Amino acid sequence: MSSGNTLSRLFGKSPFLPLQTHMRVVLECAREIQPLIEALARGDEERVIKAKDHIFEREAEADRIKNELRLQLPRSLFMPVDRRDLLEVLHMQDAIANTAQDVAGLLIERQMTIPDFMHDPLIALTSRCIDTCEHSASIIEELDELLAMGFRGREVDKVDAMLTELNSIEDETDELGIALARSLFKHESEMDPVSVMMWYRLIEWIGDLADYAEKVGDRLRLLIAK
Amino acid sequence: MEIIAQYGTILLVLAVIFGLYMTWGIGANDVANAMGTSVGSGAITVKQAIVIAAIFEFTGAFIAGGNVTSTIRKGIVDPSSIANQPEILVFGMLAALLAAGVWLMIASTRGWPVSTTHSIVGALVGFTVAGIGFDAVHWGKIGQIAASWIVSPALGGFLAYMLMMSIRKTILDTERPFESARRWGPAYVFLVGFIISLVTLFKGLKHLNLELTVPMSFLSALVFGAICAAVGWALIQKVEVDPEADRDYHFASVEKIFVPMMIFTACAMAFAHGSNDVANGIGPLAAVASIIRSGGEMAQTSELPLWILVMGGVGIVVGLATMGYRVMQTIGTRITQLTPSRGFCATLAAAATVVLASRTGLPVSTTHIAVGAVIGVGMARGVGAIDLRVIGGIVVSWVITLPAGGILAALFFFMLKGMFT
Repeated sequence: MSSGNTLSRLFGKSPFLPLQTHMRVVLECAREIQPLIEALARGDEERVIKAKDHIFEREAEADRIKNELRLQLPRSLFMPVDRRDLLEVLHMQDAIANTAQDVAGLLIERQMTIPDFMHDPLIALTSRCIDTCEHSASIIEELDELLAMGFRGREVDKVDAMLTELNSIEDETDELGIALARSLFKHESEMDPVSVMMWYRLIEWIGDLADYAEKVGDRLRLLIAK
Repeated sequence: MEIIAQYGTILLVLAVIFGLYMTWGIGANDVANAMGTSVGSGAITVKQAIVIAAIFEFTGAFIAGGNVTSTIRKGIVDPSSIANQPEILVFGMLAALLAAGVWLMIASTRGWPVSTTHSIVGALVGFTVAGIGFDAVHWGKIGQIAASWIVSPALGGFLAYMLMMSIRKTILDTERPFESARRWGPAYVFLVGFIISLVTLFKGLKHLNLELTVPMSFLSALVFGAICAAVGWALIQKVEVDPEADRDYHFASVEKIFVPMMIFTACAMAFAHGSNDVANGIGPLAAVASIIRSGGEMAQTSELPLWILVMGGVGIVVGLATMGYRVMQTIGTRITQLTPSRGFCATLAAAATVVLASRTGLPVSTTHIAVGAVIGVGMARGVGAIDLRVIGGIVVSWVITLPAGGILAALFFFMLKGMFT
């Protein structure tokens, strides 16, 4: 008889909690890049492997949550937000985890060693990119409050301010990335050419962490506007 | 006439048994839906819901159940063409009760969202067409009832939407939501008491010999609303801010204020449900009892005997106590998306709509109105995900229930007629 209950069948599973859970897992992936690079610079092999394993495990978990959420969103669901916008936010969140995995994979599989001149600016770039992800995740945490307010009013103003802040942090990461690329260019002749190319690629990928974090925010803007 | 004289007692006992079975079924299934929004929002526990339902379903049936009962009893079937065959109407009413009961049992084991009200109305129409004739159905009244089945969920949804918007404006979207909730909470509680009592008491209650003029009705509703507001105020004062929970969800403390407020809407909902749905069980019973007591007189001018209303109330409470609580438990664990503030809007809107229908004498489906109210909150972008397939299920169940109830009733009618004549 319980299965026949009209009222309980009326409620689908809310997509917002899984979306937030996904972002929390994604954030764990991104955060681990910092200790990974630090351990790599120290030559602490054990910690490097630990960080890599953690990133890979969390990325798999993020994928699992993503697939589960996609499955529970049939078109018959009536939601306060557009289904496509929601899936876009999810997609961008997931791109952060994928990028973190790519970065970790390349650093380890190619046994990259960090040249001294790169150490500090690389750490600075990574840490600021992770900041962007943190900020983006804290905006996703506001979804409950947005829902309570019907995606209007003060809460939207608050989220708008947070989004502006997100954009400016992302701008900073761009500058840090450009600065790092510039110093890499100066030292190109002293380095193995393939390594140089790989470092350019890594700088780009680490920057992508922030890019995707910003895109999460951009898609959220659309989601709010409906 | 002889049949009534000969088998009167047996027929009355049958009517009481079928009537009790129906009200038991209502208590076992429908009450859980009526209380679902309150239990689901976590505002009250299942135990509290049962106590509230037991008291207010009964009160609702007793105080405000008369109008719908009279519609079911004498508003749908026109017995003037069978004036000298009162047993036809008795068999018909028994058949309608049995058909609705059987259909509900089939439907609930299959998990179809079938409404008790629709079953009994379909059954009444079915027996009338089969047993008396097409013209013996008050089609105008049926038209009104059918229209109310579409209008009432829409009205419930509209009211819920407006309430949600109003609560956002006065409470949630303010500088200090907690203080706003403390200030405005009693006003919303007043609204609960005022609306329900005004609709119920408007121009008095005939069966309780309570005569009220229009200004008197307003005055008593104001007083009742004020009493509710005072009690609500006292309960709200006890709620304290929980900074720990607020860090995670900024409106956690505000929602705590809606918890005592929801006790009032839960009572209102149980009252509303009792006032409308009890008629499905006791309306046909009242018709049978009146014919048998008068020895075959079909004028049905007599007032509804109080013992029948009381019996209906008891049947619902027993159904609730034996099975309804289990249904309620499952609802409670599944509807976690409704916070107390959203539940408050949905429940108040649904209760007001149902009471209004009861006052007008229209048998409506409380469950469908509750569904409409929840969708109203969803329209205000307040619910994470609503599965619209349920609406399709409801529409299909309308289309199936009316003929199914009707055909079953016609079958049972001929069976009973064959058994007793």
